[in-house]
This record gives sequence, C-alpha cells and structure tokens, in this order.
Amino acid sequence: MDDLLESDWTTEEVSTGTTIIAAVFDGGVVIGSDSRVSAGQAVVNRVLNKVCRLHDKIYCSISGSAADAQAVVDIVDYQMELHGIQMGQPPLVQAAATIVKDICYKYKEELVAHLLVAGWDHKYGGQVYGTLGGMMIKQQFAVGGSGSTYIYGFADSAFKPGMTKE
Amino acid sequence: MDEAPDSEWITAEISTGTTIIAAEFDGGVVIGSDSRVTAGEAIVNRVMDKVCRLHDKIYCSLSGSAADAQAIVDIISYQMELHGVHMGQPPLVRAAVTCVKDLCYKYKEELSAHLLIAGWDHKYGGQVYGTLGGMMIRQQFAIGGSGSSYIYGFADSTFKPGMTKEECLKFAKCALALAMNRDGSSGGVIYLVTITSKGAEDMIITGKDIPQFYED
Repeated sequence: MDDLLESDWTTEEVSTGTTIIAAVFDGGVVIGSDSRVSAGQAVVNRVLNKVCRLHDKIYCSISGSAADAQAVVDIVDYQMELHGIQMGQPPLVQAAATIVKDICYKYKEELVAHLLVAGWDHKYGGQVYGTLGGMMIKQQFAVGGSGSTYIYGFADSAFKPGMTKE
Repeated sequence: MDEAPDSEWITAEISTGTTIIAAEFDGGVVIGSDSRVTAGEAIVNRVMDKVCRLHDKIYCSLSGSAADAQAIVDIISYQMELHGVHMGQPPLVRAAVTCVKDLCYKYKEELSAHLLIAGWDHKYGGQVYGTLGGMMIRQQFAIGGSGSSYIYGFADSTFKPGMTKEECLKFAKCALALAMNRDGSSGGVIYLVTITSKGAEDMIITGKDIPQFYED
C-alpha cells in the first residue's frame, strides 16, 4: 500500500513494450501489433495503434520507447511526403526504410526504438525491412518488441513464403 | 587475436544454457533436451546428454549451472534407489519431484539449476512436473532453459492434450529444433527419452534428421 504514494509509473519512461510483426505474402504485406503501452508496471494506454502510416502504401510498426518511436515516425512521415511530391510518384519502400535506418543509426546511442517498415511499391512489390540497431535488412517476415522472443519458434515453424493474404 | 591468452572461458562458470522440454501423451511422457554446454562464449561440450535417469521410469532434464544440476541428480537418484527398495515397488514420480523440490527450495539462493521431471508410475500414469525456483507444479507440458523463451508461442499453439506417442515425439523434436535455431546457448543434437508403462526408451536425433524450418 505504501507503494501507491510513490507510484513509479508517474516517473517511469513510457514504453511500448510490445509485440510487432510484419510479413510478406503473395501480392503484398501484412503488418500488425498489439496495443498496450506501459509506464513501469502500469498500463497507461490499452488501445494504442502502433501501426503508423509513413505514406499511402508504406507503414511502420513501433516498439521500444513510445516517445522516440513517435518522433522518428513524425520525421520520416514528413520526409516521405516531400520525397513523393518531388519524385512525382509514390516512394519506394526502400526509401522509407533508408531514412528510418539513417536516423536510427545516427542517434543509436540516444534513441531506444525499433521500427519495422513494410509496404508495397511498383518496383519491388511487397517488402518488409527490419531496422533494429540502425541496420536495414530486408526479410520475408520480421518480429520485434519484448514479446517477440516468445514467438520466434512459432514464426519459424509457421511461416511459408508465397502465402495468400488470408 | 590479442585476446587469445586471456580466454575467459577458462574461468567462466560452466552452464548448460540449454533448451529442455517434457510433455505428456496418452500413455506416458516424452522428455528431451539439446546437447550444448557453454562456458562463457565457448562451447565446451557439444554432445552432452542432459536427460538424466533418477529411476527406471523417472527421468529429469537439466538446465542452468551444469555442476549444480548434476549434484542434484546424484543426490536424488541415490534417494530414489533407496526409496524404491524401502517401498518394495517403483517410486511415484511425485516422490522424486518432492525430493528435488525440497532440495532446490532449501538451497534456493545457492543453486542455480532448473530440472524438469517426467516419468510414469502405476498410480497416476504419465506426469510432467516443473520445479523452477523450488516449486512443484504438474503440467501437461513444460519447457525450460534459456532457449525456452523462443518456443513459448510454438508450444502454446501446437500442444494438444491426449496426443499419441508419435505426435508427442514430433512436438518435442520440433520445439527443440526451433529453439536450437534461435538460441546461441542451445544446439548440437537432440536427446529424447520416452517413458511408458513398459519402461524408458531413449533416442538421439542428429544432423539431417533434425527438423528443418524456413530460413531467410
């Protein structure tokens, strides 16, 4: 009961602890997340949508520090809009992933956020990129966040390339 | 290359990093493990059998500190032999688990080993018990060791109560193979022991026989 007076959730960093996943299917990608945001032990938001739009056909899912992740998304979203206008056509998923990667790598020591970038473009079709630690790695499927350790086994056993959307 | 003279594996504690699993099927249990033993970054044994006999139809699998785990097995297997002779019949699985649990709980602060116990007895049939932290909890299936975190999702989604022996062996094999793929402290070959009313039957799965999964 004494703990209630000194609630650490008021001072704890807000974290999207999270489980996020993105996978390629025959014709596109699926990207998904859970919805819990925690500050220490308390759940401060139980319905946060962690799948964020970077462009019409490029989305990312966020994990780690909620603030850092949202800051990165805001920056990349702006740059993608500009890039799309300049090129006169929808940007490549690679372009979005590169910008996310550049930010995450440059500020590697300060940021604590991991984004999975996934989308569809006319050149390469559906793609999923992991950007953990500031790398950019194209994968058929990717999982991230604290909950992802528990599903590595399941994902390895259940994923097959060339699945249908369903 | 400069670091070779200062090998920390010589002083690092030897750990069976590991992935262990035990599951009940209709008629008995399957208990299995990987075979990697690490000391820090180095692998000091790539073929260690971590499934150990406590009695004819009671086996346990080890994880955590290799020394602690083996010490516990030695003590309990002695106690079980004595107990079996006293009672004039094979001991109950619960008896073995209780002994392990008592030891692990009493020396909770000093020991750093987790044993999964599985076996078959005439009274309750096939049973699996987890003893993490000094508790005794009967489960339909249990996983342990560092590699187990990667297969919680797989195990939860794939396990069904009342499987046949073949299905259960396949479940254990696949779970261990998936964990060995992902966990740096697990690897090598797969050891499996099947325990039924007829006794214990062990097998080793090596190389190409280990199930393969999608790899990018």
